[in-house]
Parts: sequence; structure tokens; C-alpha cells
Amino acid sequence: MTEKELIETIKKIVKPYVQREEGFKEFSKETEFIKDLEINSANLVDVILDVEDEFDIEIDNDSMEGMRSVGDAIEIVKKK
Amino acid sequence: MINPEEIIAQLPYTKPFLFVDEIESVNEEEITGNYHFPKDSYFYKGHFKDSPVTPGVILTECAAQIGVVCLGIFLGADEEQNAVEEKVQIALTSTAMDFYIPVFPGERVYVRAKKMYFRFNKLKCEVKMYNEEEKLICKGEIAGMMNLKL
Repeated sequence: MTEKELIETIKKIVKPYVQREEGFKEFSKETEFIKDLEINSANLVDVILDVEDEFDIEIDNDSMEGMRSVGDAIEIVKKK
Repeated sequence: MINPEEIIAQLPYTKPFLFVDEIESVNEEEITGNYHFPKDSYFYKGHFKDSPVTPGVILTECAAQIGVVCLGIFLGADEEQNAVEEKVQIALTSTAMDFYIPVFPGERVYVRAKKMYFRFNKLKCEVKMYNEEEKLICKGEIAGMMNLKL
């Protein structure tokens, strides 16, 4: 999967949990889930579970804590 | 392993907002418990005028206290090998409930909850509540974040 495809896939996963639409319009690698999209901590868990399902990987607690931005998520997916 | 009495002792609620009398059984996957709604509970005075019925939000709260908070305390204690020394902190994060029959003052309700997942401190459960005749009162999904630093 190319990086562009990865970003699109994550965008699709994140969409139902977004509170701040302005942040979503400018969705990029730099977008932060909590700061820019105002996703709450409970829904961030859902984002992670959906990423696990989509890419068939398991994300541990340490990786989860480092997953602030779309770019962080892409790095985690690439590493697995 | 933490026992049912210890779980109830860990609950961060008290009267008039404690809706757990007894945990009947608990394991890694599911929990069952019950609560008797005393006839003189404060909310019957206002819900409804002259015809007391247990509010749906209170039934949801009861299902959440037994099905999510009590199970969460059990799972949390299990992870830390029976050392829940810290005060339990929990935040309700989502509910989706359907209601079928009313609960009148003085009834006892029975909650059965199944863990859907417990990951990254988020516990999501499928809950069902029955009356003494084993008729379904309500069911749905409830989730909370455990040990949140508020």
C-alpha cells in the first residue's frame, strides 16, 4: 500500500469519530487525532481497534501511547 | 482473585446513587448481579407525578454499575494481581439502550453483562436486564474508560 493509500484508509477509519470537521477537511500525515480532530480517548481506542482489524496487526500499549498523529499511525502499521 | 464483596467495596458510589446490591457471579468474560429498587427511592417523587416508574437513565446507570464498573474492577484487579489500591476512577463514554418493559418501585432487577472488549483501559459490554419473572427489561451496549486521570 502506498503512503497515499494508507492515509486514505486511516481517514476512512477515523471519519465516524471526528468532532472537529475543520480539522478533518485538512486531513494529512500531520493531523493529530485528539488536538486537530477532537476525538475523545474512548473513541481513540475504537480507531486503534479498527486499524488493527483493517491491517490485521496487534498494537500494544506502548505503541498506542505514541500514536498521536496520522503519521504515527502509518509508522506503526509499516513496522508491523 | 478479587471476590464479589471486595468488588462492591471498591465501587466509587454511595447512596442514593449506588445501584448494586449483589454480584452473583463474575469471571473474565461476564458478570451477573442484582439490585432492588426501594419504594422510597428519591426519583419516584418526580418520575412521574403520581405514578412512579423507574427512569430509563437510572436503569442504564444500574446496568453500567454492575455490567461495566464491577466487571472493570474485576478485570483491573486481575491485571494488577489483586492490587487495586488506587481509587477506582471511571468515566462513562457511550450507551445505546433499548427498553422493553417498565420497572416499578420495589422491584428487583438482574443484570447480565458480557465483555465485548477490554483494551487500552476501555471496557465495552453487552448488557441485559431482567425482572424477577425473567422478562427482558432492557438491553444494549455500554462502554467506559477505567482508571482515567480526571
